[in-house]
Amino acid sequence: MKEFSLYLGCLIPNRYPGIEKATKLVLDRLGIKWSELKEASCCPAPGVFRSFDQTTWLTLASRNIVLGEEKKTDLLTICNGCFSSLMDANNILKNDSLQRVKVNDHLKKIGKQYKGTIEVRHIIEFLDKEIGTEKIDQMIERPLKLRVAVHYGCHLLKPTKERKLGDAEYPLFFDGLVEATGAISVPYEGKNSCCGAGGGVRSAMLETSLKMTEYKLQRIKKAGVDCIVEACPFCHLQYDSGQVELAKSGKVFNIPVVHYSQLLGLALGYSFEDVGLHLNATRNPEFENKVAQIQKKDASIK
Amino acid sequence: MKNSDILTCFQCGACTGSCPSGKYTSLNVRRIIKDSIKKDISDQLDLWMCTTCYNCQERCPRGINVTDAILSLRAEAVKKGHILPAHRAVCNFLIETGHAVPIDEIHIIIREKIGLSEPETVRKYPKALKDVKKLLESTGFNELIHE
Repeated sequence: MKEFSLYLGCLIPNRYPGIEKATKLVLDRLGIKWSELKEASCCPAPGVFRSFDQTTWLTLASRNIVLGEEKKTDLLTICNGCFSSLMDANNILKNDSLQRVKVNDHLKKIGKQYKGTIEVRHIIEFLDKEIGTEKIDQMIERPLKLRVAVHYGCHLLKPTKERKLGDAEYPLFFDGLVEATGAISVPYEGKNSCCGAGGGVRSAMLETSLKMTEYKLQRIKKAGVDCIVEACPFCHLQYDSGQVELAKSGKVFNIPVVHYSQLLGLALGYSFEDVGLHLNATRNPEFENKVAQIQKKDASIK
Repeated sequence: MKNSDILTCFQCGACTGSCPSGKYTSLNVRRIIKDSIKKDISDQLDLWMCTTCYNCQERCPRGINVTDAILSLRAEAVKKGHILPAHRAVCNFLIETGHAVPIDEIHIIIREKIGLSEPETVRKYPKALKDVKKLLESTGFNELIHE
């Protein structure tokens, strides 16, 4: 398999480095060649920057894409926001020559040029298409046996005509990857509803964003799960820190939040600390004991 | 409003019914689309209650790019100076550091503890950060968000 440039964005290296560590461990174990995209900036985040000024958003995104073009590698993202900005910008610049000329005029000032030679990937669709659930299933000798609420996150799937990852109402591929680790993806009401963080809502209207988070958490709680598994550090932050924020007004859920890289890491035998889950704001000893018990049985295969 | 697609809206309300924010807030996407055709709604706070989840756009029976329309309306509002303080702060982070969420002291220590070196981002490469700043200057972003 060819080499990929790992694009980390802002939230993963700067707020949830455990997800970064888990991702790197998992990519190595799966035999995927990767190197970091050096000199990368913010994607820039689709919520605020795409809302504020399309040209600025496109230009900064194009610079990150060009860094990948110069290395002749596709970009691998582990965040729905980064995936959204970089993939949408790449599609616009590939298909709209007027925008491309405009952006290249700006890029010229730093000696760069967008050519449109690479693709932008997201770790979930990437693992599904390039590795496959069967291979992942085979690599895991003893299953995790956790009941999981899968949260796709909006921008992994939508807009569907850009993503081309199938139906956004009843998607299946992420559930398949979760179940390949031995976990059970439990259905719950409002599964495809937003976590509440996006669009600049969390930063400017925290209370409003938390109402949407509470809606989700209530339904996830009702489904009776061990943890939430998502594919985006912003959803991760919203559920993880959001539970601490909600607890201040007496709304306690205590549901652990796990990025898929971390779940896969656990299933491949890495410890809770290896995959950085001890860095979460919401800790649940019951969950941690359950994982430890499963891994004890797994000790021989690590 | 430049998006002529929205003139085909027949006000069915599928957008509003699909909106996770509208359940709890005054955001009414159907009304935003209707009002934006007739008048300037740049000062409406509701525009900023959208999480850009794309449910409305996906479910619109007329195939209108509803979320994209909201993004355009937001851009018009920003041009007229309607910028929320928290969003201005995020913009300033980008201008200063190249990141919407820059690293802080606590996370520098956490990275060290878990065996990760400094992120390989613009933060580590001054020339790259200079390039980002140059681009933001070139597109007029600094001027756009200037108070």
